[in-house]
Amino acid sequence: MIEIKDLYDIIIVGGGPAGLSAAHSAVENGAGSVLILERDRETGGILQQCIHNGFGLHHFKEELTGPGYAQRCYELVKDLPQVQILTNTMVLEVREDKSVLAISPELGTVVIRGKTVILTMGCRERTRGAIRIPGGRPAGIFTAGAAQRMVNIEGYLPGREVVILGSGDIGLIMARRMSLEGCNISEKKPSSSTKRGPEDASPSDIDNDWGNGGCRVKAVLEICPFSNGLTRNMVQCLDDFNIPLFLAHTIVDIKGTDRVTGVTVARVDEKMQSVPGTEFDIPCDTVLLSVGLIPENELSRGLGISLHPLTSGPVVDQHRQTDKEGVFAAGNVVHVHDLVDFVSDEAEIAGKYAALLAQGKLAAVERSLSVITGNAVRTCVPQKINLPAGEAAAEGIRLFMRVTKPMKKVKLLVKCGGEVILSRPLLIAKPSEMIAVEIPADKAKLLKGDITVGIEE
Amino acid sequence: MKEVDVVVVGGGVTGTAILSYLSRYNLRCMLVEKAPDIAMGTTKANSAILHAGFDAPTGSNKARLNVEGNALYHELEKELDLDIKWTGSYVVARTDEEIAVLEGLKARGEANGVTGLEIVSGEKLREAEPNVTEKIKAALFAPTAGICWTFDVAAAFAENAVENGAEIVRDCEVIKITPQAEGGFLVRTMQGELKAKTVVNAAGVYADKVSALAGDDSFTIRARKGEYILFDKTAQENLVKGIIFPVPSATSKGILVCGTTHGNVFIGPNANDTGSKDDLSVSAPGMNEIIAGARQIVENIPLGAAITQFAGLRAVSSTGDFIIGRSERVKGLYQAAGIQSPGLTSAPAIGREIAAMVAEDLGAKEKAEYKKGRPPRPVVREMTMEEQKKLIQEDKRYGLIVCRCETITEEEICNAIHRPCGARTVDGVKRRTRAGMGRCQGGFCGPRVALILARELHLPVTEIRKDGEGSFLYYDKEQEIY
Repeated sequence: MIEIKDLYDIIIVGGGPAGLSAAHSAVENGAGSVLILERDRETGGILQQCIHNGFGLHHFKEELTGPGYAQRCYELVKDLPQVQILTNTMVLEVREDKSVLAISPELGTVVIRGKTVILTMGCRERTRGAIRIPGGRPAGIFTAGAAQRMVNIEGYLPGREVVILGSGDIGLIMARRMSLEGCNISEKKPSSSTKRGPEDASPSDIDNDWGNGGCRVKAVLEICPFSNGLTRNMVQCLDDFNIPLFLAHTIVDIKGTDRVTGVTVARVDEKMQSVPGTEFDIPCDTVLLSVGLIPENELSRGLGISLHPLTSGPVVDQHRQTDKEGVFAAGNVVHVHDLVDFVSDEAEIAGKYAALLAQGKLAAVERSLSVITGNAVRTCVPQKINLPAGEAAAEGIRLFMRVTKPMKKVKLLVKCGGEVILSRPLLIAKPSEMIAVEIPADKAKLLKGDITVGIEE
Repeated sequence: MKEVDVVVVGGGVTGTAILSYLSRYNLRCMLVEKAPDIAMGTTKANSAILHAGFDAPTGSNKARLNVEGNALYHELEKELDLDIKWTGSYVVARTDEEIAVLEGLKARGEANGVTGLEIVSGEKLREAEPNVTEKIKAALFAPTAGICWTFDVAAAFAENAVENGAEIVRDCEVIKITPQAEGGFLVRTMQGELKAKTVVNAAGVYADKVSALAGDDSFTIRARKGEYILFDKTAQENLVKGIIFPVPSATSKGILVCGTTHGNVFIGPNANDTGSKDDLSVSAPGMNEIIAGARQIVENIPLGAAITQFAGLRAVSSTGDFIIGRSERVKGLYQAAGIQSPGLTSAPAIGREIAAMVAEDLGAKEKAEYKKGRPPRPVVREMTMEEQKKLIQEDKRYGLIVCRCETITEEEICNAIHRPCGARTVDGVKRRTRAGMGRCQGGFCGPRVALILARELHLPVTEIRKDGEGSFLYYDKEQEIY
């Protein structure tokens, strides 16, 4: 029989890496009771299907697989008497009074009360519908994550001849995964390698003739004129497998009635409109979409939390508190990350300050500043800095940001009242790689006005 | 050889409604459908509107059956546990010429027997639908119109029919219909032959082909495509809740902005004749056309909140009207052909009329043991907390959410599979439960639904289809390469 306490210090909505890391940090900072509500059958979130390596280099200082990283996070909390985890439990509503309405096979429908709530619901994949790809609606069109789940968890192939739209990390990882699954790698080195520009892409790069059986990835298409994945994934997942990348290209038609039979691809112009006359066909039976991730904020919206139009996540302060007092948020629900390590870092912040607030130890806010995005910076989290009076302010503040376009040899400047308080040279800055900088404690406590983060080109 | 009194060809809302009304009589009835599920033609891709009945010319089958059908839905709503919202509908006018058209529609509606029609000002309309553009000067309000859950209407008729002894066979295309010397027909299908005293043709865009198979080639059916864009529920506050039509054109009721029974909104359809009767693709120009059309009603269309696009085919007959009743050329053949809009609204009236005709000709009587309604349909998200608790205590699978966007539980999915004429495909589950119909469009629950289908139907996962005949979703990993 599951026992539910009358009141928890913290209720965490979502038991992925963000939720688990937040719980661990909360207990380390004195929280007496933490409840994690996870809708899936186990904790770990989407990491459980990310069986490739490359996780944990920053946070755990060692290279782990996705399930390995999830296990590490789980082990940090599993024996803590302060932490209770309920799986197969879906939160339907988060309320103003920090109670949540949840449903599960064991509990039925139940209202659980908390002093604070941390939202760690993660994100979901953008679908075909959101980007309006014309064509038929046959079977064989999957989001990359859904395909990944079938291959890695359930043990089935979503198709055999694959075209991937979008060079986001999940798309790239799936290009490699499908190639490995089919043991079917083209001998032909494509001219449109990831190191080249859109003009190098050529339909003749597509090898329609190689191999038998298994599955094979014919092409990866990217509507932007630059790649949208981590550099290491471009190299390790495409170049190493001779998979051609078509930059500034998109799908303009999906063919097939019952199952996909092919796609028509075209070059796009600067406004991302297809250029007539550049179309060519690729026969395939599967289209995988890796066209962006959307923070999953239905619960936040229901509660009336302010969401940022560009991150699509809650507006938070440096403690990851939203504009509803006592409701915190961290991880991909706030803004989409490329590294889970940063998710954990951020969740630890949320866990710490939720714990302090629950214990009545979070100092009152004296002044509230905004973080403004300047030149070539698209988003920055936190968007607010709420500082208490006096020495309690002596804490560093980490800023996580994304730039608007790929740049080389630039400088990131953090300014306050016209004065540069932090300068960081960047050899390479690209939209796909999140940049993190820390305003040191001695400078943070002196902040008097809004700060601006921008790139000096 | 299987022998029946009536075989209905086609499992759309028309065919299933006919079957449901036939099942009230002492008749052995069967419905054959070529697709893996019912409701897979026009029924699955239309505007889901229960029209008031002012569009069709007075005296036409369309006008008569529309008004009768609308009234029947008001009765069937409770009996069949249908999801209907009686929102009323507006036809909006921007100019004085268009206002004159509204006057004409109102007069025609009144002649057709539509009640409560009223021309209201633009301001009055915007009190109900504040996002409608200021450019709209007046609107024709029809209080008897509503929106329904179109697939579920067909499912309800099918389930009611099966509960009353009718048989539905899917994946069962009709290849040949041979009239017999002694009367009746020999019907050859993809699943074997059967003998039927009568044949009811409800084959949608293929109704001309099926009629011709039986020997009546007196009409043709053309497919007219309509494309749609569907929006997330969050978009409703920026769009509309009810039904907003522009003034109609010669070929269609125009591109509308319209709410759905479950709180989504769609824009569309356009109307383009297509050579193919299988072409359900959407096109970039088509989408641009409906976006431009919708902007005539609501100026700011939140395109970022679009969750899917789809197209449907209307069955346009060469006569311009519904072709209803006894074939003039072949005895024992009954037509329900050319069923375009307002076909959904007319379905129960068509069903009632054709069933009565067949029963009369075969000398059948209404059976005393006819069961109204259909088996109860648990919808966890619509229950109170106490009801949910009780249900989950009885069966834990009612507490396990499979579709997160629409809050659909595992047991609701199992129920949809095991109901009379239950779901056998992933989209079949979607059309009965809404699992996969939300903002992630099955990205999360799709694979899980496929696995539940395989488990419940005792099939390998590789045999589970998305929707159409050959729409298999997953392959086995190739063992030999390891």
